[in-house]
Amino acid sequence: MLIVVCIKQVPDTTQVQIDPVTNTLVREGIPFIVNPYDTHALEESLRLKDRFRCKVAAISMGPPNAEATLKKALALGVDKAILLSDRVFGGADTLATSNVLSAAISKLNTEMDEVGLVLCGKQTIDGDTAQVGPGIASRLGYQQLTLVDRIENLDLSQKRIRVSRKLEGRHEIVEAPLPAMLTVVRELNRPRYPKVPMRLAAADAQVEVWNNQVLKLDEQSIGLKGSPTWVSKIFSPERVVGEILGDGYADPEGTAALLIEKLMAKDMLPI
Amino acid sequence: MTSRPTIFAVLLFISLAIFAWGCWRRFSLLTIGQREDRFDNPGQRVLEMLKYAFAQKRVLAKPFGINHFVIFWTFLILLVANSEFILNGLFPSIKLIKLPFELYVPLVFMIDMASILALGAVVIAYVRRIVAPPFPEARTAEAFVILTLIGMLMVAYFFLNASELATIMYRSNSDPASFLATAGKMMPVSALIAGLLPQAQLGSIHGAAWWLHALALLTFICYLPNSKHMHILTAIPNCFFRRLEKPNTVPREEFKAGNTFGVDRVDHFTWKDLLDSFSCTECGRCQNACPASLTKKPLNPRGIIHDIKVNLLKNGPGLKNGQQPVKALIGEEGEEHCCDEAIWACTTCGACMEACPVFIEQMPKIIQMRRHFVETEARFPEELLNLFENMEGRSNPWGIAPSERTKWSATLDVKPFDSDTTEYLFYVGCAGSFDARNKHVTVAMTQLLDKAGVSWGILGKEEKCCGDSVRRLGNEYLFDKMARENVALFKERGVKKVIVQCPHCFTTFKNDYRQFGLELEVIHHSELLRNLVQDGRLVLDKTTAEFGSVVFHDSCYLGRHNDVYDAPREVIAAATGAAPAEMERNRNNAFCCGAGGGRMWMEEHGGERINLARVKEALEQKPETICVSCPYCMTMFEDGLKDVKSEGVRVRDLAEVMAEAVLR
Ligand SMILES: Cc1cc2nc3c(=O)[nH]c(=O)nc-3n(C[C@@H](O)[C@H](O)[C@H](O)COP(=O)(O)OP(=O)(O)OC[C@H]3O[C@@H](n4cnc5c(N)ncnc54)[C@H](O)[C@@H]3O)c2cc1C
Ligand code: SF4
Ligand code: SF4
Repeated sequence: MLIVVCIKQVPDTTQVQIDPVTNTLVREGIPFIVNPYDTHALEESLRLKDRFRCKVAAISMGPPNAEATLKKALALGVDKAILLSDRVFGGADTLATSNVLSAAISKLNTEMDEVGLVLCGKQTIDGDTAQVGPGIASRLGYQQLTLVDRIENLDLSQKRIRVSRKLEGRHEIVEAPLPAMLTVVRELNRPRYPKVPMRLAAADAQVEVWNNQVLKLDEQSIGLKGSPTWVSKIFSPERVVGEILGDGYADPEGTAALLIEKLMAKDMLPI
Repeated sequence: MTSRPTIFAVLLFISLAIFAWGCWRRFSLLTIGQREDRFDNPGQRVLEMLKYAFAQKRVLAKPFGINHFVIFWTFLILLVANSEFILNGLFPSIKLIKLPFELYVPLVFMIDMASILALGAVVIAYVRRIVAPPFPEARTAEAFVILTLIGMLMVAYFFLNASELATIMYRSNSDPASFLATAGKMMPVSALIAGLLPQAQLGSIHGAAWWLHALALLTFICYLPNSKHMHILTAIPNCFFRRLEKPNTVPREEFKAGNTFGVDRVDHFTWKDLLDSFSCTECGRCQNACPASLTKKPLNPRGIIHDIKVNLLKNGPGLKNGQQPVKALIGEEGEEHCCDEAIWACTTCGACMEACPVFIEQMPKIIQMRRHFVETEARFPEELLNLFENMEGRSNPWGIAPSERTKWSATLDVKPFDSDTTEYLFYVGCAGSFDARNKHVTVAMTQLLDKAGVSWGILGKEEKCCGDSVRRLGNEYLFDKMARENVALFKERGVKKVIVQCPHCFTTFKNDYRQFGLELEVIHHSELLRNLVQDGRLVLDKTTAEFGSVVFHDSCYLGRHNDVYDAPREVIAAATGAAPAEMERNRNNAFCCGAGGGRMWMEEHGGERINLARVKEALEQKPETICVSCPYCMTMFEDGLKDVKSEGVRVRDLAEVMAEAVLR
């Protein structure tokens, strides 16, 4: 069985600004990180690999520099890393993105091994739509298990999986046949730290690059042309500096008392 | 009947063979260690050896050291007596008395005196080990056996000498009183005993004493290379091969595929590390100085060194023949004192190395074992995952956006460093840049620099973490990357002189970055402020009384690791008009605040908290202000004071104390 984990390179959003003129993210000079939720998907795929001795492939769609993200995955122990990169993939919305990712997963299914699980993050910290995972599941006809915080059971002989989904104020235990697509939340696991020998091996390893000559997708279904979403405006909501109470350094107790008084006056403290 | 010389010759031969075999067995194990050059500056090494091995400078630093000093030196003198004994045992005609009289008299006098001193010292050591041992486990059978053997040697020597004297006395028919009076000038103790011996039994007393002496001596020879007293053979070379520079850092690693990273096997240590393990005298001074041991953590620096030896003896012979180790060194399956919790408990304060009379380097070995955990196994306390990722992604321990590094200067007029126009780079450091409390120190520093007319600038958002914590935590891979980036940045920006307000940045730039090819003039703010006062650039019209009585806490990385003890005290004295009060453990004996070695970022499990122990010690001086010179100490003391609910005691950095005096 093959597990495919989808990871996206995202700008470190705490450091992102939006260009007021073009309404696009200013990506220059901002460090990239692996989308935090995807690190948990990656970790879970590696734990399953350790347990079931299956293979793991990591895929990412993005510009050539997203190779760094895949090298991190290699350093952590994935068997294969593929970068889906082509100018014609650029400007994709969630639909076009899931088309490309689905095509890559299908190709891995026929060429490498039968895909049993696709793991995605719950959402990204830049696009935040949480649509790509479900998009992949519908395109490939896989079972869709979102917001997974625990894999309760994976039975390879019966080809079934049982997971716990983390919902508002409750958990839901769901069982489904394989192949399945899971989107995962942070509570699922604690990601591991790369070992130095693996980092060194990953630095020398090759990340395979697949462009559209490899995937052969209809150009109307990918990139800007395949993206019906049209972004009309992106803006940072203006943050107004509120009232400054006291001097927390000189008089911490007094300042805290001021705050409590204020909150009580506004009826914001339950008594 | 076989003659005595023949029997003795056979026994001596067997003993020497056992001795040689024991030495070979142990010393040959050193060859499995990694290479390390400790042969540079041989002249200086000889001097150091004379100072520390022969003059026993460090041994004498503790009250009981004098006892050891006596044993050591009497031992050297008695080498002469014992050589005579052996030669005489083989060839009865060889005797000291055949030496010229002028030489013979002082020699036997010295031997007689040395023997009684040694006997006294052995008795004291015996009693001490029973009544108040340096540490409880020191009451080993081995220690008592050795002390008994040495004691037996002395007693046998006296009876041997006394019976010989008495025999001469009776044979020569001289007047006992005058004979003993004359002899007493040469060998006071032996002569005293001679007077008490019964004439009839002189022959058998002599025979018994001779054999007792012979057997004690031969047993000692056999025992020596196979016991902790092997330090008699290794301590002197260990002082010769000591690190001539302060052991405040660890060597670099080469990141090449196929290399091993850190140490989890005894043969990954260098030969000098292994020699260290044979040189431990088990005096326990390290553990009695160690903040982790003293607050009941599982770490014991003596235990670590002991376990390396134990493991070497178990695995060494096999490893030498290319076999795999039979017993793990570290971790759960490993030796007792090298468990994970012990290795993570070290604050890298260096107190152990400062205390060790024979210059054993405990801390670098602990860091090497951490390197194995982090780099080869990626196994470490879970709090560290965030730290490592924050350091790697954002170059600060909290993971705050690097763009916020200059927030502290938003309302100040701070210029960027420019090598053409500014003399000093003021490297603010992570705590000074991001930590709410320590930002006040940064501001005080900038005001003082301006007041004194120092030409300075900052790197601003380009400043990165120096990497101290990650290196001490054993994440050398990450440190290597951070250090190379910083070195490149400093070179590109033409940085030559750096002011730091954190002893961790200080030691990292000064000592660690040298390994990366960067020679900087690094000055800690305590030294800079001291110089500015001395040069009259910071004028103190009147001193500040604001701080009341001030007690100063030495930061390990400023004091012990870099020998800066006076500058901060002089700054406080200048600013307040009085020398600071001293805690019981101060200067090179100071007790760590608990935050070094990356412990700042870790949970502290078990025992008493280190910072609490230190805060309590500070409070014994009834201070109104505890003065520190390190942002980590600042945090540890502030937290500790909150815990002991000590109202009215403040913690201030010395820059704040100085600013108060200069700027008001
Ligand atoms: C409002 C809006 C503005 C946009 N602005 C821009 C823009 O300025 N510039 C631009 O280039 N794009 C832009 N995009 C499109 C694009 O970058 C989306 O981010 C992309 O379609 C993925 O959607 P998402 O980030 O919301 O992923 P989500 O659906 O939130 O991601 C869920 C999971 O799917 C997987 N996944 C998602 N994307 C990838 C990928 N590329 N490779 C591998 N796995 C992946 C990950 O596992 C991820 O955790 C915008 C999209 C929207 C909705
Ligand atoms: S460096 Fe300090 S904490 Fe570490 S073992 Fe030595 S004395 Fe103990
Ligand atoms: S390591 Fe040094 S200080 Fe510690 S017990 Fe051994 S000899 Fe003494």
